[in-house]
Amino acid sequence: MPFEWTHKHLLGLEYLTAEEITHILDTAESLHEVSMRSIKKVPYLRGKVVVNLFFEPSTRTALSFKLAATRMSADVLDFSKATSSAAKGETLVDTAKNIEAMGIDIVVVRHPVPGAAHRLAEMLDASIVNAGDGAHEHPTQGLLDIFSIRRKLGKIEGLTVAIVGDIAHSRVARSNIWGLTKLGAQVICVGPPTLVPGALRDMGAEISYRLDDVLPECDVVNMLRIQQERQGALNFPSLREYSRLFGLNAERMKKAKPDVIIMHPGPMNRGVEITPDVADGNRSIILEQVTNGLATRMAVFYLVSGGAQDDSAVD
Amino acid sequence: MTALLIKGGRLLDPGKGLDEVGDLLIVDDRIEGVGKVDAPADATVIDATGLVVVPGLIDMHVHLREPGNDEEETIDSGAKAAAFGGVTTVIAMPNTDPPIDTEAAAEFYRLQGKRSGMANVYPVGCITKERKGESLAEMGGLDRGGAIAFSDDGDSVRNTDVLRRGLMYAKMFDKPILEHCEDPHLAIGVMNAGPVAVRLGLSGNPAAAEEIMVSRDLSLAEITGGRLHIQHVSTGRAVDLIRRAKAEGVDVTCEATPHHFTLTHDEVESFNPVFKMRPPLRSAGDVAAVREGLKDGAIDVIASDHAPHSNEEKDLEFSLAPDGVIGVETMLSVTLTELVHTGVLTLGQAIEKMTAKPAKILGLEDKGTFSAGKDADVTIIDLEKSWTVDRLKLHSKSHNCPFHGREMKGKAVITVVRGRVVVNER
Repeated sequence: MPFEWTHKHLLGLEYLTAEEITHILDTAESLHEVSMRSIKKVPYLRGKVVVNLFFEPSTRTALSFKLAATRMSADVLDFSKATSSAAKGETLVDTAKNIEAMGIDIVVVRHPVPGAAHRLAEMLDASIVNAGDGAHEHPTQGLLDIFSIRRKLGKIEGLTVAIVGDIAHSRVARSNIWGLTKLGAQVICVGPPTLVPGALRDMGAEISYRLDDVLPECDVVNMLRIQQERQGALNFPSLREYSRLFGLNAERMKKAKPDVIIMHPGPMNRGVEITPDVADGNRSIILEQVTNGLATRMAVFYLVSGGAQDDSAVD
Repeated sequence: MTALLIKGGRLLDPGKGLDEVGDLLIVDDRIEGVGKVDAPADATVIDATGLVVVPGLIDMHVHLREPGNDEEETIDSGAKAAAFGGVTTVIAMPNTDPPIDTEAAAEFYRLQGKRSGMANVYPVGCITKERKGESLAEMGGLDRGGAIAFSDDGDSVRNTDVLRRGLMYAKMFDKPILEHCEDPHLAIGVMNAGPVAVRLGLSGNPAAAEEIMVSRDLSLAEITGGRLHIQHVSTGRAVDLIRRAKAEGVDVTCEATPHHFTLTHDEVESFNPVFKMRPPLRSAGDVAAVREGLKDGAIDVIASDHAPHSNEEKDLEFSLAPDGVIGVETMLSVTLTELVHTGVLTLGQAIEKMTAKPAKILGLEDKGTFSAGKDADVTIIDLEKSWTVDRLKLHSKSHNCPFHGREMKGKAVITVVRGRVVVNER
């Protein structure tokens, strides 16, 4: 029996089942080869309009969504507006209403406040794809990370994955925790206690404050960006000390399994959470993550737009 | 002379242990007789058979937004919302714009309240000048202007020594200090710290932020002998601290709000800012502890912390929305539904926490009880009346009601303020 996709929006991996996540990964796998063709386009979103609504600066995510939508033959609009969290949020409501009036099919939204994508989903008829809502979720990043691991290691179940860094403020970490644990991986969150809240255990993750103890067990190490702009609350004394305790460098890599894979969602602070030799070394799949992001986002567009049902309308 | 006879109701006045079917006679704005009365032939008669007749309810924690934000609420609109909720006396917090920190401001409040007539309105004066927490406001002037208590509500008094002096100075006027307890350095999150906040990626405001301030304030009340009333208690440990201090003889009282004894932080999963307030909604364990405190008397008063916000201001992304929810009109019904019909409190205990108890704390000698010569404020309740809260049908100018859509059992149907029937929904 073919799998039936029922979600109009992609707001977070918390709200998906293991079967649904696997279905997205399988769809991404079948769309992956599109990027290998000489003509890198498929018609699934022809006649549809996708808007990228970015209230926070972003380079790779915005580009990746744009390219994914373009490869699906959608018309793409970009709207970006930096808002500080101190600014009043009318812009979200007002912008959303304007967009609705323009008849847009899919809204990709990034916003500094948790729940922003959920609010749009309540307000609009369009499909909403969450491209990051504050520290809450970044589901396509979670999916592309899991997709990248599966492509490299052939499975997710039974793997041990360390996520290292500022888990407290990381939407990437939350989406990875939900997705990986649902698919049967063991996730260990690693960092100083000020950045690794104990309640992560309620989400199914384990917690460690010592990277050196965890490294030998890991099949995958996902190094998060230390968000210097979010460190106003002084969660650690200095970048130097952070780097010494949690930075991944060649010396530390000796403790890891020889076939460990190293990931990073970018943008990297080279020399802080990861040294250049590790980031660019033979265990790193950091650039493959970026490539895989395309297929993953194409798959998400395909599914939320009701892709399969519309196949008859396609050449 | 106008006479009003409320006939055949269940007269319930927990302050004096009265609970019997009888009549209540009101002449002009005073109570004339209770129980068996000699009513003049021309008295207007209200048949209260099957209804509960209680002293007019007092809500000792209300924000009326006037002056400064009268698009959100005015003294008049807030009094009207109160009357429809069976509340006859409203205690207005001074964090208006400008704040109520002078004699003139307090007097303005008293006069506006009198003009409204829908409820008795008493202002609270600021503890500190401009509510900045730095130096004491002219409490003597505020007292003369009609302030009934002192509070910097919205914030704790930041400077511990200033609060210490405030507790001492206020003793001159025999008026309580009402404290909002949250450590300003720790209470920086937008919801209760805990597993839900971690899951949602929202910043956490820990229970400890409240408990630290409660603890500080109890110590100050003890060393000063001042009268301390702790507002909107929301955590289990805060209830414990107060319970213990009372046992040790500290002159402290406290209140809990309907949202804190009914709703948990799980509500925030919806990202709906109507569940954002200070202190924040806590865990199920805290809700249970607050209910226990209400039951065993550690918590003296039920008050709403009615905090109106316009849609434009409130209906934002969760982190950006202002704190506060409306509640003066739903306080009685939520209490009856959640605490009385469920057996947590007897009806008498619940009513006492909205009548005799706040009257005693605030020194309102003519309110909160039925006796000849007292103010004729009366609330008549239909305990069985079922209704559904519709935020647009409530009478506040603002609609930020966290109980929207909830089924209620029990409602005030007639409200009498100073002898005048201001609401009759029978």
